[in-house]
Amino acid sequence: MNPVNYLYLAGLLFTIGATGVLIRRNAIVVFMCVELMLNACNLAFVTFSRLHGNLDGQVIAFFTMVVAAAEVVVGLAIIVSLFRARHSASVDDASLMKL
Amino acid sequence: MEKLIALLIAAPLLGAAVLLLGGRRLDRVGHWIGTLLSTASFVFGLVLFTDLLGRNAEHRTLIQHLWTWIPVEGFQADVTFRLDQLSMTFVLLITGVGSLIHLYSVGYMEHDERRRRFFGYLNLFLAAMLLLVLADNYLLLYVGWEGVGLASYLLIGFWQHKPSAATAAKKAFLVNRVGDMGLSIAIMLMFTTFGSFAFGPVFGHVDGASQGKLTAIGLMLLLAACGKSAQVPLQSWLGDAMEGPTPVSALIHAATMVTAGVYLIVRSAAVFDAAPDAQLAVTVVGAVTLLFGAIVGCAKDDIKKALAGSTMSQIGYMVLAAGLGPIGYVFAIMHLVTHGFFKAGLFLGAGSVMHGMNDEVDMRRYGGLRKYMPVTFVTFGLGYLAIIGFPGLSGFFSKDKIIEAAFAKGGTEGWILGGAALVGAAITAFYMTRVMLMTFFGEERWKNQATRSPEAPSAEPAAEHRGETAEPHPHESPKVMTIPMIVLAVGSVFGGGFFSIGDRFLYWLEPVTGHSEGHSPVSAGEVTAATMVCLVIGVAVAWAQYGRKPVPAVAPRGSLLTRAARRDLLQDDFNHVVLVRGGEHLTRSLVYLDHTLVDGVVNGTAAGFGGLSGRLRRLQNGFARSYAVSMFGGAALLVAATLLMRAV
Amino acid sequence: MSAQLAAYTTSTGEAFQFWVLGTVAVIGALCTVLMRKAVHSALSLAGTMIVLAVFYLANGAYFLGIVQIVVYTGAIMMLFLFVVMLVGVTAADSLKETIKGQRWLALLCGVGFGVLLLAGIANASLKDFTGTGQANANGNVEGLAALIFTKYVFAFEITGALLITAAVGAMVLTHRERTERARTQRELAEQRVREGTYVPPLPAPGVYARHNAVDVAGLLPDGTPSELTVSKTLRERGQIRDVSTEAINDLRALEQRSKERLERAPIAPETFKRPEEASK
Repeated sequence: MNPVNYLYLAGLLFTIGATGVLIRRNAIVVFMCVELMLNACNLAFVTFSRLHGNLDGQVIAFFTMVVAAAEVVVGLAIIVSLFRARHSASVDDASLMKL
Repeated sequence: MEKLIALLIAAPLLGAAVLLLGGRRLDRVGHWIGTLLSTASFVFGLVLFTDLLGRNAEHRTLIQHLWTWIPVEGFQADVTFRLDQLSMTFVLLITGVGSLIHLYSVGYMEHDERRRRFFGYLNLFLAAMLLLVLADNYLLLYVGWEGVGLASYLLIGFWQHKPSAATAAKKAFLVNRVGDMGLSIAIMLMFTTFGSFAFGPVFGHVDGASQGKLTAIGLMLLLAACGKSAQVPLQSWLGDAMEGPTPVSALIHAATMVTAGVYLIVRSAAVFDAAPDAQLAVTVVGAVTLLFGAIVGCAKDDIKKALAGSTMSQIGYMVLAAGLGPIGYVFAIMHLVTHGFFKAGLFLGAGSVMHGMNDEVDMRRYGGLRKYMPVTFVTFGLGYLAIIGFPGLSGFFSKDKIIEAAFAKGGTEGWILGGAALVGAAITAFYMTRVMLMTFFGEERWKNQATRSPEAPSAEPAAEHRGETAEPHPHESPKVMTIPMIVLAVGSVFGGGFFSIGDRFLYWLEPVTGHSEGHSPVSAGEVTAATMVCLVIGVAVAWAQYGRKPVPAVAPRGSLLTRAARRDLLQDDFNHVVLVRGGEHLTRSLVYLDHTLVDGVVNGTAAGFGGLSGRLRRLQNGFARSYAVSMFGGAALLVAATLLMRAV
Repeated sequence: MSAQLAAYTTSTGEAFQFWVLGTVAVIGALCTVLMRKAVHSALSLAGTMIVLAVFYLANGAYFLGIVQIVVYTGAIMMLFLFVVMLVGVTAADSLKETIKGQRWLALLCGVGFGVLLLAGIANASLKDFTGTGQANANGNVEGLAALIFTKYVFAFEITGALLITAAVGAMVLTHRERTERARTQRELAEQRVREGTYVPPLPAPGVYARHNAVDVAGLLPDGTPSELTVSKTLRERGQIRDVSTEAINDLRALEQRSKERLERAPIAPETFKRPEEASK
């Protein structure tokens, strides 16, 4: 098997995650889909690391994880305060940006 | 000596400034200040005149350079005055008649609470008129030209509480504007043609300019003269200008300002001499106007309007003479001066009559006044004899010369112009006799009339304003009014003879305007005889119509011509139909074009974008997920673009 | 087989592992997207992440594999579950699309993007896999550490700052500042009396000591559940369990059984008739 299959898998997971972001209304699930996309990226990075034979890709994946952790913390905090204010976690409820 | 020239203008200008800025505290003495400064200007003029007389004919041009007005490279305008024989003549006429009329106004405006302001305006007029005739270049002349227009506007509308006066002032201003456009275009043309608008360079370079440009300049100058001098086709304002106080009519709209057009043409003699087509146009305008004004004057029952028609007609004579070229320039100015005397005198006489008749202007309500105001009768009568050209009086000499000059033009033109001038003389005799008879002779039609008949034309609203509709008690005017009338009558009687006998005036003006005799097909004696015949016919017809029969107090319906003449030969109707209606149609169609075409394009574009954005707005529905789809689609496009670029 | 060839192929074991676990990962991802309940989504995602951790290990990223399990699956996913619990664990989302055309557009974009992405990967000639053997020669963790603390030290520091900021931010976001003095119990009681709302203490939840869960409404004397007995949060989420019929049925079954066993006549059936009829 060619290790490039990992990249195909990463692309597939990323696309699924992105579509999920677009389809789902529940902010928590949307977040999970974002996490899925980040993980797909990480898989791609790790595969690239193997491709090039150095660890830079893994370092980037590591940083991605850290940033994802920070993002999840803030994002979930936002969801919790939104839920407190509106009693709903639907992203469509915040549709006040239109005319 | 040159230093005095600025003082000529400065004196009335100072008067205007003091009177207009001084406020009510000058109400008691304002009229005397104005009269004093006007007289001072006249005295300066006399001093300068004696100085000029003491010089040789070649050295009679004084130049005073005050300062450079617009010092721009290639465009220099100076405030420079030129006093030569022509300007001197005008200065003496303006300040002399002006001072007399100032004096007269002291009495005439006695009961007007805005008398100080009136004298301020009069002084302003004098300053502007003197600037006009003393300017050494056309731009400065234009300043004076506009200044007299302003003064004329202010004075016509002096009784602005009367809507008719306010309208008349506006009309005079607007019609003059057309002429002023002509003058400004002429000045621009001069600048492009000669590179200057000072008299010296312009007249010096006439030979080098093309015929077409000179004709254009001449025609534009003629347009300006038409506006200011009430010549056909810009004549319509003069009749209405009689809404102003009578001294104003005498000074501005008879003696001085309206002759500015004649001055302009004579001053630009060099240009006109080099442009025969423009000259021909001038003579045609003059001939048409002299008949036009005379016919209008025949039909008016309003004494001032009859005199206004007469003014128009007499200025037509002057313009005709000025258009004849060197044959006529001198006589144009001579007639201008004598006309200044007798027409001012006639207007002052008319003012005196109105003064004694509760401001009644309808001649059909006069009659038999010679018993009640003898001084007015005599002075008015002398002015009358002068204007109809009674032998020996002013008008006889000046008008006779003009008719002679018209014949001397030669060829068919000469016969036509001379014939028109002769017919004009006959009509002049007719309408002036009519005025005279209706005012001072016949039965006393003003008695037993408590109310005015509604048909009476031009009921002076000022009378109603003062609440005097009762039967008038005609009386002679005070001395302050009669003295100027007497002085002017003396001028009317002897002026022409003084100028003509020994050709004094000719020798005086010839260095400026030039003179040539022309080749008249008819001798001077024959012309004089023909003029006399016309005179007698005119007087006789008038006597037959107004002397033998009693004058009806209500104007008869009259013939078609009479009715047209009463309406100023339909000039206002013509203006209304052709200019006002035409302008309305033009603007309406332009507005329509603007609304449909211009606005259509603009609004259509706007509506197109509006509709497009209305559709695009739906994309912005406020849902974050919708925007995310756009972003995702954009990302897909970017990937596609990258791949495409790699593939290429 | 030459070493060069070995670089871009993998062992059969890894291939087998990839195909099996890869399938699992894709299914997990699809479940994450498609599950109606957020908690199921979270669990599916956790599964996918564990699979990914295995793949990291297979690719020679030992440290990341462990971190993936510990940090992601352990910490972050648990955080997700915690929030899901907070928001309502049993609440099921409606998958019905509300924005017109959104789902089709999203699918179109997704498929297009995916096809383009995979085409791009296929287009790139990635035949030459170096492998991580040499890089991991001194140990994967040591290698990473050497990179992080030398080449990427600034990025590392900045991520540290980011983490702190995120922690403070989360605190600030969820913290509610009290802007007015808390009212005392006395004041609250006075207000209740003044407004004439519900003066006595609220009734407790739970029915006949068979249920002591807070989401079970207490029954009124006529057998209907009283919403007053359930806390406001659950009421608003609609997470009240109505067990009134169940309780009555249980009681009836119990009576039936006791009657059969003891051969006794019912003690006082009328007292229970009324709630039974009312519950109908």
